Amino acid sequence: MSAVAAPHQIAGVGRWSPDRRYLPVIGTFIVFALMVTIGGLRYENFLSPAVMSNLFINNAHLIVLAVGMTFVILTGGIDLSVGAVLALSSVITATLLQAGWSLALVVPVAVLAGSAIGYGMGVMIQYFDIQPFVATLAGMFLARGLCFLFAPESVPIRDESFIALAGWGVNLGRWRVTAAVLIALLAVAAAWWVLHRTRFGRTVYAVGGGEQSATLMGLRVARTKVLVYVISGTCAGLAGLLFAMFSRSGYALTGVAMELDAIAAVVIGGTLLTGGTGFVLGSVIGVMVLGLIQTIITFEGTLSSWWTKIVIGALLLIFVVLQRILTLRRT
Amino acid sequence: MTAATPETRTAAAPPARPGPHPEPVVSMTGITVEFPGVKALDGVDFRLFPGEVHALMGENGAGKSTLIKALTGVNPVAAGSIVVAGAETRFTGPADARERGISTVYQEVNLCGNLTVAENIMLGSEQRRLGGLDWRSMRREAARHLERMGLSIDPSSSLDSHSLAIQQLVAISRAMVVEAQVLILDEPTSSLDAGEVEQLFAVMRRLRDEGVAILFVSHFLDQIYAISDRITVLRNGRLVEERATADLPQRELVSLMIAGKSGADVSEARPRGERAARDPEAGPLLRAIGLGRKGSVEPFDLELYPGEVVGMAGLLGSGRTELARLLSGADRADAGAIEFAGETTRLRTPRAALAHKIAYTSEDRKGEGVVGDLTVRENIVLGLQAARGWMRPLPRANVDRIVAEYIKALGIRPANPEALLRNLSGGNQQKVLLARWLATAPRLLLLDEPTRGIDIGAKTEIMNLVSELASQGMSVVFISAELEEVVRLSDRIAVMRDRRKVAEIDGGEDVGVPQLIDLIASGGQNQ
Repeated sequence: MSAVAAPHQIAGVGRWSPDRRYLPVIGTFIVFALMVTIGGLRYENFLSPAVMSNLFINNAHLIVLAVGMTFVILTGGIDLSVGAVLALSSVITATLLQAGWSLALVVPVAVLAGSAIGYGMGVMIQYFDIQPFVATLAGMFLARGLCFLFAPESVPIRDESFIALAGWGVNLGRWRVTAAVLIALLAVAAAWWVLHRTRFGRTVYAVGGGEQSATLMGLRVARTKVLVYVISGTCAGLAGLLFAMFSRSGYALTGVAMELDAIAAVVIGGTLLTGGTGFVLGSVIGVMVLGLIQTIITFEGTLSSWWTKIVIGALLLIFVVLQRILTLRRT
Repeated sequence: MTAATPETRTAAAPPARPGPHPEPVVSMTGITVEFPGVKALDGVDFRLFPGEVHALMGENGAGKSTLIKALTGVNPVAAGSIVVAGAETRFTGPADARERGISTVYQEVNLCGNLTVAENIMLGSEQRRLGGLDWRSMRREAARHLERMGLSIDPSSSLDSHSLAIQQLVAISRAMVVEAQVLILDEPTSSLDAGEVEQLFAVMRRLRDEGVAILFVSHFLDQIYAISDRITVLRNGRLVEERATADLPQRELVSLMIAGKSGADVSEARPRGERAARDPEAGPLLRAIGLGRKGSVEPFDLELYPGEVVGMAGLLGSGRTELARLLSGADRADAGAIEFAGETTRLRTPRAALAHKIAYTSEDRKGEGVVGDLTVRENIVLGLQAARGWMRPLPRANVDRIVAEYIKALGIRPANPEALLRNLSGGNQQKVLLARWLATAPRLLLLDEPTRGIDIGAKTEIMNLVSELASQGMSVVFISAELEEVVRLSDRIAVMRDRRKVAEIDGGEDVGVPQLIDLIASGGQNQ
């Protein structure tokens, strides 16, 4: 019997406009727009298509990581392994290409390595009831260790078809879209479709809103919770491939702490760490905000690169507090 | 809430629509459910007809939830048969039951507040277009189901922007998407206010008239009489009675629910002579004036005097516990005031209450009482240490002396201060809990169901102890589901019904269980 009766509103009252679910994303977008405006006013050439295109080109891998991380965080979980899995995938790509494998084989192997690690962590989390933090921490160490097993040193990529793919791009006016950017945008579109147009996607939100309720609603909670880690792992594998295209090499020490960048992007993008609320598009804007900070600091010239971290830290704090206020008002 | 008078009931009942369908949609016979060491249900028969609201009544441990869970396949059935729509059936779980037309709506709204109303209604029975979900037609479909409930809300609004009552109706909409023939409502009204309950009832009547069989569980007698056509009463896992609501007077219902409960065999637990004659000069230790909390207990007045045991009588969910929680600061009152020892005070937290030397032992012994992973010694000194403040640890010698004293005084077994509490029996855990608060030398002791789930010997010991404490000048509030215990022990008895304090009588030779049952059933209106 419930001794505590939750307070509640009078029937029929309590509709909000605009829908409060969009508020965090709108907030992120305003920050993004402000930064673009300020940058444009302060620096010449800041708003040039080249700079903006580079924002995407330099961060394609981070966009893909953030997309996968969004799935995990929407269920209320966390994935600390993605940085290490990205490194693993890039090392596998470089090593196998050096060994003379064809690109058509290397790509699926590198991506599926990420899926496999994600699956393992998902099973640990769901069926052995291990906290996502701990399970993915183990995954992180495992993936990082495997990198060194494959190649302790940096492995350059000289495979011609790979170089051709990495260098491919189209110019739309003065905008440039590379293969990596195209892949990243496709991943975003696919993620949006899955999250909003499939039962699995809605189950992801339902699990984040209340696992118990989702179970009682007859949704397939267990399968969903494993799958989000598979998706995150797959995204990390794909991101590793993109990073290899970007750096034309595979190195065991790439992507150290990159999982934290991905988490920061997702949170700045308006996804609640408690799960249930957020959008992929928000995470993409989150990545853009992180990229813009870096760009602005480069343009400023006199600032040390550590300012990037300080600004990211401050932004994160502001966003988390804002989200908290929104959640508190809800209850 | 207005009590349904017998006149309106007979007028609104059978003649208004065709009598019960001859064929029950659910028929359970000889259902036995066993848990390790306990028979939760023992040969219970239960029938549910199309087009009726059937109330399932019973006190704590009567087996209401077990029966529902046996029907929906949550609890395995050891013996008996379940026939649904003419066919012998065993469901594998709520999802299976739902697919075959038996939907359950629980007390807490088990939906996802972060999703939209349409999603909450339609997830699980989606419509697709081009391989993806077709939100437009799903919203349309959801709107149709909402309309059936008489709700005109935007299906694309998020669920948690609506009140609990609306959420509850959305949960019912979801249950009805599968064209359920049987709707199980497990305490759906416990957090709704009167207007919201009326809204829910309107929906229930509409569904009933459409031929849906509704199984309704509620602790509110008024609601049972306002909505139900038939009542099944369970007690201690057995079927006691199944009868049309119109033929079952409230008084009889209450006595069916509680009569014959095996109370502690306390032969004169409290010798009448020892009952303290209240000093007419002395003011009350605590006086509650219009104290209440919305959705928990309606405003009440109550005076507690030193040296007096005040019993709380009422059915499960009548507001006994809620009242004690307001007095102990565990819940914050939103109306009225408390005077303690003549001074107005506000008890915002249990800590504030403790500072006034008010101690409260929760009915939820495991969840809110003892700490199972600590030792007997640690559990006993917890309250005392909390009262002193963490910066001033108790000297170990003092601790050992106090602990030894209480282990001896209350007869805690095993008499080992280092035993882990979770290894003790329920009765001994309760004694440790008592010892914890007694060690703080309270002036007011609020005991919520201190005798529940413990053996008869321990019950007697605890009741003797309460009686002794009162004669030493402590003021005690004693809550028990077992009316005999309340009658035996109390100098004064407050009667609760439907979250209201409806009567207050002096205890004494002439007060007995039947009189309390009368008061509970009549809501104190006969006085």
